[in-house]
Amino acid sequence: MLEIRGLRAGINGQEILRGIDLVVPEGEVHAIMGPNGSGKSTLSYILAGREGYEVSAGEILFDGRDVLVMTPEERAVAGLFLAFQYPVELPGVGNANFLRTALNALRRARGETELDAVQFLKRARAALKALMMPDDMLKRNVNVGFSGGEKKRNEVLQMAILRPRFAILDETDSGLDIDALKIVAEGVNALRGPDFSALVITHYQRLLDHIVPDRVHVLAAGRIVRSGGPELARALEESGYAGVGAEAA
Amino acid sequence: MAAVTETLDTVQAATQSGYKWGFETAIEMDIAPKGLNEDTIRLISARKQEPAWLLEWRLKAFAAWRETTEPHWARVAHPPIDYQDIHYYAAPKPKPGPKSLDEVDPELLRTYEKLGIPLKERAILAGVEGAGTEQNVAIDAVFDSVSVATTFRETLAKAGVIFCPISEAVREHPELVRKYLGSVVPAGDNFFAALNSAVFTDGSFVFVPKGVRCPMELSTYFRINARNTGQFERTLIIAEEGAYVSYLEGCTAPQRDENQLHAAVVELVAFDDARIKYSTVQNWYPGNAEGKGGIYNFVTKRGACRGARSKISWTQVETGSAITWKYPSCILQGEGSVGEFYSVAVTNNHQQADTGTKMIHIGANTRSTIISKGISAGHSNNTYRGLVRMMPKAAGARNYTQCDSLLIGDQCGAHTVPYIESRNPTARVEHEATTSKIAEDQLFYCRSRGLSQEDAVNLIVNGFCKDVLKELPMEFAVEAQKLLAVSLEGSVG
Repeated sequence: MLEIRGLRAGINGQEILRGIDLVVPEGEVHAIMGPNGSGKSTLSYILAGREGYEVSAGEILFDGRDVLVMTPEERAVAGLFLAFQYPVELPGVGNANFLRTALNALRRARGETELDAVQFLKRARAALKALMMPDDMLKRNVNVGFSGGEKKRNEVLQMAILRPRFAILDETDSGLDIDALKIVAEGVNALRGPDFSALVITHYQRLLDHIVPDRVHVLAAGRIVRSGGPELARALEESGYAGVGAEAA
Repeated sequence: MAAVTETLDTVQAATQSGYKWGFETAIEMDIAPKGLNEDTIRLISARKQEPAWLLEWRLKAFAAWRETTEPHWARVAHPPIDYQDIHYYAAPKPKPGPKSLDEVDPELLRTYEKLGIPLKERAILAGVEGAGTEQNVAIDAVFDSVSVATTFRETLAKAGVIFCPISEAVREHPELVRKYLGSVVPAGDNFFAALNSAVFTDGSFVFVPKGVRCPMELSTYFRINARNTGQFERTLIIAEEGAYVSYLEGCTAPQRDENQLHAAVVELVAFDDARIKYSTVQNWYPGNAEGKGGIYNFVTKRGACRGARSKISWTQVETGSAITWKYPSCILQGEGSVGEFYSVAVTNNHQQADTGTKMIHIGANTRSTIISKGISAGHSNNTYRGLVRMMPKAAGARNYTQCDSLLIGDQCGAHTVPYIESRNPTARVEHEATTSKIAEDQLFYCRSRGLSQEDAVNLIVNGFCKDVLKELPMEFAVEAQKLLAVSLEGSVG
């Protein structure tokens, strides 16, 4: 399970997160909603270990381990996964090669046997089928020439293949049409179970119609200002952030 | 005059340091005194029992060399080279010619093992002693200056292909050597080519007759071994009408404190419809992390597409050497002939590379493609220097050039110097160039998926080089990828 306690952090000397407290127990999916500039993406980057952020106070624990001292790859080995809001292009690097290299790096670090090409393809094809994606997705270079929607679906594909224990989805719904949104939601729902938890960061309630969260938190100006059940998301949809006491920062 | 004897300690000391292939083999050497004069050249020629015409040719080249001066237009800097402080000849102590690998110095075979010669090719070396199993790579092993072991001559001979040390070709096929030697790179072509012509000791000779497709990849491993021995290889490859040959060249060198000069010359000749594919993986000792030591690699490589529709492809992966000065070129004379240059040049620490190509379009409808990928890390400097020249008769000729530079860190430099000359209004020249840095977000993206920083760099670099690596024969491509990884170790973070 993930515990964030009193987290204060920023970038370039500017404080963005002003004391975040959040606990996501094992097996639960929580949503974070909030206006632009509230610190949603900062939180996801700090969880994944991006350099350049300064943490001035607080701690993040994953299964009781201090996440902030871990490198990004150690966090991946521990089971954290970030679905990027803006997936990065890797020219010349094939998706299959990328994913197999990543998967085997994780397996090696966990003391598991590596998958050979055949075993990997079997796993990848199953994931593609479940996400209704064409096989040629594996042959293409990572995110190069992908449409916005394809990039987001590729993130979910990676998640389905790498099978993290904790996924952070950073606005994975933005730029998706309703059909793609459903596919992405199904991809996340397929992973749901007692050993999987997720933090779904979104602007809009519509994703939460398909990935029904256990808890919803409203982030505003670097703090969680409201928490509640799925009904909180619907209240936000009706009355806006101002209605729940979360003015834009 | 046995000179170099090395101890196990040296081997250990060398292999403990960064350069994986830094070791020296204790084989008795026959070595010429330092210095270059006509006597040195006479000595080399005599040792090699050369005919008078060749000695004459060498002496003319030497005269030309004395007339020229070292070129300084490249973006490289080095202390002055004392050409009189170099041994120009070193040969393994003469023994009766090896009839099989049983007769080859076992030390040499161990050297191959240490060199990490691909398993497939080691199997071939073993195969000489045992049964003639299925083989498709032949190695003409150039150990220092004299070819010691040549394999698979028989299979090749059946096909009519000649593949042998050039010194042997001088004896066995003098008419061919005399006809083509210096016909692409004249003895006085440039300072380093003239030096090579005067003092070259050995190299490979390949002749593929009309209509023959060479039945295997031809492979040569070059290796600098003795202290202060300049390496002056001379390679000559001729493909007659409709012939095809693929030639692979790979280099490693033992670790040294002193700079070592390497000035090779490679000449290729392709007649009507002939194709020559020449691939290089260059991994000479680059010097240590502070820039001390390392090979000076001043190479002249040129191919002549003499026949219509002939094609010459140069593919190179350059990761080694302190200084690389190398411009594999194509003279596109035959109508519709094709020249290609695919290059990956990696520089790290204090390495300097000034490399590129020249495509000289003489004939009508000639075509050339240049894909250059430069990767700079550490404090290194990496320059692409390329010339595309469209001559007046090159009607309808086309060139496409793509030069991409990748920077790792902020202490290194990448430079692109294209020269384009067009004297035919119907010729088309396209040039694209990009410079990019390995972006933080690319590294972070890979690492967030579980890759280590170094694996992430390797993946990104290999992706960047993919267009070139795919041109390499399979067994080389795998080695080249590993080499890129080794070359860039510690370049990030």
